[in-house]
Amino acid sequence: MNPKVKWSIAAVLILLLLGGLYMLEQILPANSIIFTVLQKGAIYSLIAVSLNLLNGFTGLFSLGQAGFMLIGAYTYAVLTIPPESRAAVYQYYDGGIIDFALPVPVAMILAGVAAGICAFLIGLPVLRMKGDYLAIATLGFAEIIRAIVQYDKLGPITNGSNLLRSFPVFHSTLFPFIVSGICIAVICLLINSSYGRAFKAIRDDEIAAEAMGINLFMHKEMALVTSAFFAGIGGALLAMFQMMVQARAFTSAMTYEILLIVVIGGIGSVTGSVIASFLFIASSEWWLRFLDEAQFIGGMQVPFLRPGFRMVVFSVIIMFVVLFYRKGIMGTKEFSIEGIYRFFTKGRSKAGKGAK
Amino acid sequence: MDNLAYYIQQLLAGVSVGGQYALIAIGYTMVYGILRLINFAHGDIFMAAGFFMVYTSASMPLYVSIPLTLLLTVILGVAVERIAYKPLRQAPRMSIMISAIGVSYLLQNFATYYTGGLPRSYPTIPFISETIKIGSVSTSWITLLTPVLTLILIIALVFLIKYTKVGMAMRAVSRDFETAQLMGIKINNVISMTFVIGSFLAAVGSILFFTRYPTVTPIIGAMPGLKAFVAAGFGGIGSIPGAVIGAFIIGICENIIKSLGYTTFSDAFTFVLLIVVLIFRPSGLFGEKQTEKV
Amino acid sequence: MSENILHVENITMQFGGVVAVNNLTLDVGKGEIVALIGPNGAGKTTAFNVITGVYEPTNGRVDFQGQMMLQNHPTGKMAKAYKGENMGMYKHTMVKSPDAIAKLGIARTFQNIRLFSELTVLDNVLIAMHMRAKQNIFSATFRLNYKEEQRMRRAAMELLEIQNLQHLKDDIAGSLPYGIQRRLEIARALATEPKLLLLDEPAAGMNPQETQELTDFIVQIKDQYDLSIFMIEHHMDLVMQISDQIYVLDFGRLIAQGTPEEVSNDPRVIEAYLGVSEDAED
Repeated sequence: MNPKVKWSIAAVLILLLLGGLYMLEQILPANSIIFTVLQKGAIYSLIAVSLNLLNGFTGLFSLGQAGFMLIGAYTYAVLTIPPESRAAVYQYYDGGIIDFALPVPVAMILAGVAAGICAFLIGLPVLRMKGDYLAIATLGFAEIIRAIVQYDKLGPITNGSNLLRSFPVFHSTLFPFIVSGICIAVICLLINSSYGRAFKAIRDDEIAAEAMGINLFMHKEMALVTSAFFAGIGGALLAMFQMMVQARAFTSAMTYEILLIVVIGGIGSVTGSVIASFLFIASSEWWLRFLDEAQFIGGMQVPFLRPGFRMVVFSVIIMFVVLFYRKGIMGTKEFSIEGIYRFFTKGRSKAGKGAK
Repeated sequence: MDNLAYYIQQLLAGVSVGGQYALIAIGYTMVYGILRLINFAHGDIFMAAGFFMVYTSASMPLYVSIPLTLLLTVILGVAVERIAYKPLRQAPRMSIMISAIGVSYLLQNFATYYTGGLPRSYPTIPFISETIKIGSVSTSWITLLTPVLTLILIIALVFLIKYTKVGMAMRAVSRDFETAQLMGIKINNVISMTFVIGSFLAAVGSILFFTRYPTVTPIIGAMPGLKAFVAAGFGGIGSIPGAVIGAFIIGICENIIKSLGYTTFSDAFTFVLLIVVLIFRPSGLFGEKQTEKV
Repeated sequence: MSENILHVENITMQFGGVVAVNNLTLDVGKGEIVALIGPNGAGKTTAFNVITGVYEPTNGRVDFQGQMMLQNHPTGKMAKAYKGENMGMYKHTMVKSPDAIAKLGIARTFQNIRLFSELTVLDNVLIAMHMRAKQNIFSATFRLNYKEEQRMRRAAMELLEIQNLQHLKDDIAGSLPYGIQRRLEIARALATEPKLLLLDEPAAGMNPQETQELTDFIVQIKDQYDLSIFMIEHHMDLVMQISDQIYVLDFGRLIAQGTPEEVSNDPRVIEAYLGVSEDAED
């Protein structure tokens, strides 16, 4: 297909999506559950895609995503709380020691950079080794960083174990969609570049990749730092979405959830990660909510339904996917305009592979 | 003199915590040795053992509930292996680790649901939680009992692995999975046996741990689990003596740091230790260097 | 010595108590085709793995283009357990990773084909060009390197055309027939722009006609790309037809060397290798 046609179709689709979101915001009340799902889904999409870059495209098993998100969220929050609100936020630490606030875009990029620097430092010792040490070191890192941020002596900066709030947040669903969209587009560009090919080569066969002159350590560092950078931005978005941030929430369970989203979507498919993120958030925030409340059918109470049951059902569904449906929703396939075009012209049911 | 007593007390506590970590670490290191799998669910098996004890002791005397807890934990460990790991024998290694994470997630969520998310207080086991005084050092029986019990169990385990048929099979499988299978070793039985041993020791570790740590919560397994895994990596993953020594070192260092007043960093220290060891001895203290066949 | 592109000197490779390669010395002359033969398990592939940096030799040195590339001596536990020869002759330790060696200009194929089996044929070749491409991660991500990328794609297509694989460029490498995978692996090795090409049993599993085509092809690429070729091969027709020099390895030791005629008349070789393998071969 003519690239010009392809790009025009892509542009039209993006405009339609954003226009649709705008319309939705005009029609529905602002507190509608749909906006919660869309916003959180967009944010989780970015984080899931960033993890997929490592697990799916480079073959590195990393479990540090919650830690990188925490760093991103805290960096953003600490740097953007307006000086006049700081006295109230840092009430136990005399208003903290920072008395400036950076513009939102700068703080968001710094959120990514801070997470990237941490990832680089972890990678230095760990990525030189073969095997599974990366998983355990990143998981360990995520646990440590949570403890350190809550350390009392760092209170003037991080507010100790108290929550951070009053920083600028977004008011339109368009904001997380645009930011996540740009970030995911950049990740896709990377995946389809010469470096992306090198990452996939490492995933397929480290020994052959090395024999082709690919420096394993350097390329793994690049993948890890890039992934952490975008997870950091995702963390900043999550902080904005929640309107507050507290270290306690960034547990390993959060990383596990993101990993499971990647698995459900298909390890090695960006499209899959995005679809799975929205499905996951919609189920947990909306469709499966009823499982947590006692329900009555004709005066009879439905057994088992009480708080926590939703997560049990959820975990069982996930185990089912992991065991019996290992390829996930998309396998390694991607959405592409050519694929859709072929689907309609030739009636073939296989979605196209390749560039988005 | 009081100061000295304090430090001895802390050291004893460290040895005791180290023993508990060692019991959990063996489960990690044996499973890794045989399946090359980081069993992320192992910490949650440990947590489940805590809850089994809470619920069984509520209606039964201790001499029934303790063996029952051990039995239930072993059944749980083997069931997890049969349901979540066995179907993935031929799958890429990442799939089986993801399955382990899925199991961990499921066990935590189920425990949260079943208990309503509230911490449950652990039953007091008479005698072992009593305090004793030796000179000016006061400590509880559990602190003294843990390292002794740990060592007895480990010696028994080493005998099992060195001198019994199933032990020989385990060694063969951990050396070369495929060849062992071709030699007629029943791989699945060996793997089940590994999970039996690992879960049993985790259950013992759990009883010792919670006697000092009064409540059980659904996410309590994560941290001791992680530390035990670090201990296993520290000692050289796949090596039982390595895991035990690693666990004792981590337990002791952690208590020293706590006694100096840096409680926040006692967890962080564990991981710093891991990173340092991995920089200087990438295969751990006792691990073998592996050469990949090309 | 300056005529030799590769000089392997007293290389010993010991795994635990097993000496896989013992005191191997050999040379590959510039522009020559050199063959390394010997029965299975003689240590041929191990020698390749040492030269390409996959294994660190226990003892000995390797020079490439007149410059020292690798050198090692037994240390630690190995110093006591060492069973090879020439202990204490080498003092330095210089080890290079496989990617650094590839960058110097040594490319290889693998005995049991190691393609990037989930990627396309074209991607396999492009990956081999990655290390020499003028780009960094930013320019590549934001397509500022599009001229370089286009050059790489053209060069990759040329390599595929030489092997007559251009029509398969979008196929997944792992799904191709065995013979085509072997050819693709050579194309991929050539894409790294090597000066020395190591081929590990390139004709394995090929019928006589395919073997003859491969023989011609090896000579053709040697001339076209100004290569030196060092290969492990069991097909004696191929080896005898095109080799300038043959080295024979048995139980990790060099038992003979020389031109094809010299080697084929050497009684030790006939005993150790040819006699046995004639029956084994089809």
